[in-house]
Amino acid sequence: MNIAVLAKQVPDLVEGVEIDAGGKAVDPTSIRFILSESDDHALEEALLLKERTQGRVEVFSLETGEVRDTLCTALAKGADRVVTVQTGLELPPDNHTAAKMFASLLRGLPFDLVFTGVRAIDDLDGSLGGLLAGYLGFPYVGLVRKVEAAAAGGAVVVQKEYPGGYAAEMEVRLPAVLGIQAAEQPPRYVPVSRLRQVMKTGTVEEQMVSPPPAEPVGIERLFKPEEGAGAAMLSGSPDEVARQIVNLLSERRLLR
Amino acid sequence: MDKGILVVAEHFQGRLNDITFELLGKGRELAQALGVKLAVVLFGDGTAKFTGELGAADAVYVVDRPGLREFAADAYCGLLEAALKDAQPRLVLMGSTSVGLDLLSLLSAAANLPCIDNCMRLEVKDGAVVATCQIYGGKIYAEVALPPVTTLVAVVPGTFPAEAGKVSGQPVVASLPLAPERPVVRTVFRKWIEPPPGDTDITKVPVLVSVGRGIQNAENLPAAEELAEVLGGAVCGSRPVIDQGWLPLTRQVGKSGMTVKPKLYFALGISGAPEHVEGMKQSELIVAVNTDPKAPIFGAAHYGAVVDALDLLPLLVEEVRKQSVKKAG
Amino acid sequence: MGTLQPEITLEKPGAVFPEIAQIPELFRTCIQCGVCSGSCPMGEVMDFSPRKAAKMIADGRFEEVVSSNTPWLCVACHTCQVRCPSQLLIPDGLFPALRAAVMAEGKPMEQDLQKALQNTYLYGNPMGQSPRKRAEWTNTAGVPVPIISQIKRPVEALWIVECYPSYEPRNQEISRKLARILNALGVDFAILGHEERCLGDCEWLAGERGLFEMLIERNIEILGKYRFKEILITDPHAYRTLLNIYPRMGGTFRVKHYVQFLAERLGQLKPLLKKKLNATVTYHDSCCLGRKTGHYDEPRALLQGIPGVKLVEMIQNRESALCCGGGASTIYLDRYIQERVKDRLADRRVEQATATGAETLAVACPFEPSRFEDAIKVINQEGKLVVRDVIELLAESMELG
Repeated sequence: MNIAVLAKQVPDLVEGVEIDAGGKAVDPTSIRFILSESDDHALEEALLLKERTQGRVEVFSLETGEVRDTLCTALAKGADRVVTVQTGLELPPDNHTAAKMFASLLRGLPFDLVFTGVRAIDDLDGSLGGLLAGYLGFPYVGLVRKVEAAAAGGAVVVQKEYPGGYAAEMEVRLPAVLGIQAAEQPPRYVPVSRLRQVMKTGTVEEQMVSPPPAEPVGIERLFKPEEGAGAAMLSGSPDEVARQIVNLLSERRLLR
Repeated sequence: MDKGILVVAEHFQGRLNDITFELLGKGRELAQALGVKLAVVLFGDGTAKFTGELGAADAVYVVDRPGLREFAADAYCGLLEAALKDAQPRLVLMGSTSVGLDLLSLLSAAANLPCIDNCMRLEVKDGAVVATCQIYGGKIYAEVALPPVTTLVAVVPGTFPAEAGKVSGQPVVASLPLAPERPVVRTVFRKWIEPPPGDTDITKVPVLVSVGRGIQNAENLPAAEELAEVLGGAVCGSRPVIDQGWLPLTRQVGKSGMTVKPKLYFALGISGAPEHVEGMKQSELIVAVNTDPKAPIFGAAHYGAVVDALDLLPLLVEEVRKQSVKKAG
Repeated sequence: MGTLQPEITLEKPGAVFPEIAQIPELFRTCIQCGVCSGSCPMGEVMDFSPRKAAKMIADGRFEEVVSSNTPWLCVACHTCQVRCPSQLLIPDGLFPALRAAVMAEGKPMEQDLQKALQNTYLYGNPMGQSPRKRAEWTNTAGVPVPIISQIKRPVEALWIVECYPSYEPRNQEISRKLARILNALGVDFAILGHEERCLGDCEWLAGERGLFEMLIERNIEILGKYRFKEILITDPHAYRTLLNIYPRMGGTFRVKHYVQFLAERLGQLKPLLKKKLNATVTYHDSCCLGRKTGHYDEPRALLQGIPGVKLVEMIQNRESALCCGGGASTIYLDRYIQERVKDRLADRRVEQATATGAETLAVACPFEPSRFEDAIKVINQEGKLVVRDVIELLAESMELG
């Protein structure tokens, strides 16, 4: 199986995200970039499938943030080829724009599967995988937690997560795009010494893609919800506290 | 459907999901504000049993076929595309769910319609629809003015009240127009995989009643279990409780246990050691009860009370039961 | 009093611990006496005891040992290493080598540990907190805690606070109290603040040589920017690593753990210890302060300096003290270990504490408070035994809150 993995860099919430002075975008200077968590799972699942089917994994990432670290980590984990996609854009694009660029990049290439994380923390206009599938005319299944080659060939059998611990087993004809929720095992660890070695000797290719005409989501403003510090304390006898708590739950529609 | 509001209904194992009613309730409100009609599209195999519950809508458009018993994004997409292009509804509402999340993006690209996700507020302002969406793990909200063309919107479940969408009445039921006889479908549902019996995955439960050493001994567990039951949740615990053997390892919350993000997390008699808080601090609503006013759990909780959890538990159960009777009545 | 320039010797960096292939040569003086296995508190649950593991590796049976549970059960208590007649490096050599081999083979790792290592790589601390928040604990210290990059002058003591005492709430309280004690003693000190990164004890003992090298390079660079007479450190693990391992990699500093630092100033402290505590206290010798570096007397001197404190000893004390089971990164392997042992080390230790009749268990290591407080609940002694860092007892007697 030949698998393309799309890896996106997103703001690292540990370092926080600030809104810029204009109030309609995130302040790029406040951001430290990190690989989107479910993309890490997408890579892991791709590597597992490659190991089972003797295939190839190629990782593509748009040139935003500290992409080299991420792509070298992918190489260290076993990816066959990693590519930085240059777009000439100053800021990270929305998912529609990104999906159109990846579609033009991947169209006609002999990939059986495209994996990407089912969601990223900065998603506003849908998920990259579903959009890419729509532009390529491929089938799409999201919230996937397991992928296996179908016995008959030309398809994969996936498990799609539903609430309450349920999952749907689905057969998907290839080529297809899958939105990965979680790999079958946690993303593997790369010892730092190995990563440093790959950063020195590994090859990260570059490809150019022209961005399509922009049709941005009309963000009027970004704002932060109010923050409180510590619990709002409820007082009174256990009876009174019980009533207050249940009223709270009722307000929040948490009672059945 | 023309220029109106369209809701995509969702069902699971023979029942319409709450999100359907949440969207109908909100959709009705939006339709009235915009002076348009509300319709719902329903895919399935044997849909007649659902249509009676969809009274909040003016019309129900149905595709009823054997292959549609379970959801497949390309099937729904292929069937809906032509109708959308023709009728051009103002808004297509779906849940940000296992169904909606897939459909939203695939349909947006295939039909070339704008879409937004993670919506938790929808209002009409001066004839335009404004959506507020949460991003960056809820740390930032984005207010988006929706363009004046058909826009697909995925709404976070639990945002709008389901009761507002549960209206009795018989809407007009018709076949979904322009749905192709044989759409190209390359995903086939094979079977359901059920969760393992008797082993609750607490990471998937919406309400958790978590107990710590403050409940003193295993004999007091049933009180916690009762509260969990009336709230539709499960019992879990902090490390000392598991170490004692009162609950299995699969119920442990914290650094060496599970990380949970339920809608409601009750911390009863838990001091709030960081190793525990790490595993539950992302819960949407945290209510903590501890006899020690300085217990660190109060730093992580949204609401707290300095009372004995053992005194509180039976009173809570009683109060919840009372309020549930009120709702049903 | 000597120069304020720290002694940084720029030697060629040496290996922190051996490769697994070097073990047979390094262990050729192993006489297979079995003292290590007999002393090991985890020996019963290891697939292969340390003695057996060393023999198997000498015979070339790497794979079996690497795939077993043995690499991950060593808590680095050093009971074996101090008793080994051939003075072999067991927790300091054999076990990191085994762990590095597991990682090099790409075998799945315990997730808690993997996360801790990844967090240290990204943020300089295993908790995954922003380095910018490393000095936030000082905001409520009640006394000034200068940050050396801001005061821009040499200091007597550069206080390396380390990760747990900076970020973990129970330990942040202890850090604040130490700040107040230092202030009361008029010590000229400063901290690194947001420039501080993990010193790397857990990382090298976990077998992550590359990560440790990265940390040590960076730390030596940061420390080289500033001038100070000595380093004061609160975390015994970091203390031991800075004292014994950093010099091998080109970073030699004068370093003291707080028990030494304060014991040196006992004459100054005594008049300030006003409040009588009326407590029977037993002191837990942590492995890093005890067996690894020999500081048995200083903490006891401090405790006995507090009025109203009666010091009693546990059955295993000083060189024979029982480990709490959190060293060598096993604090991140609790789940793994819990699935394999019936009697956890921390539980056994607090039982020893209660057996002395003491109501206070005194500690001097940031891992101890939560480990022992949990264990006290497990053995049903809550309310009968409390855990206090020596700093907390001193601060209480000094009425510093």
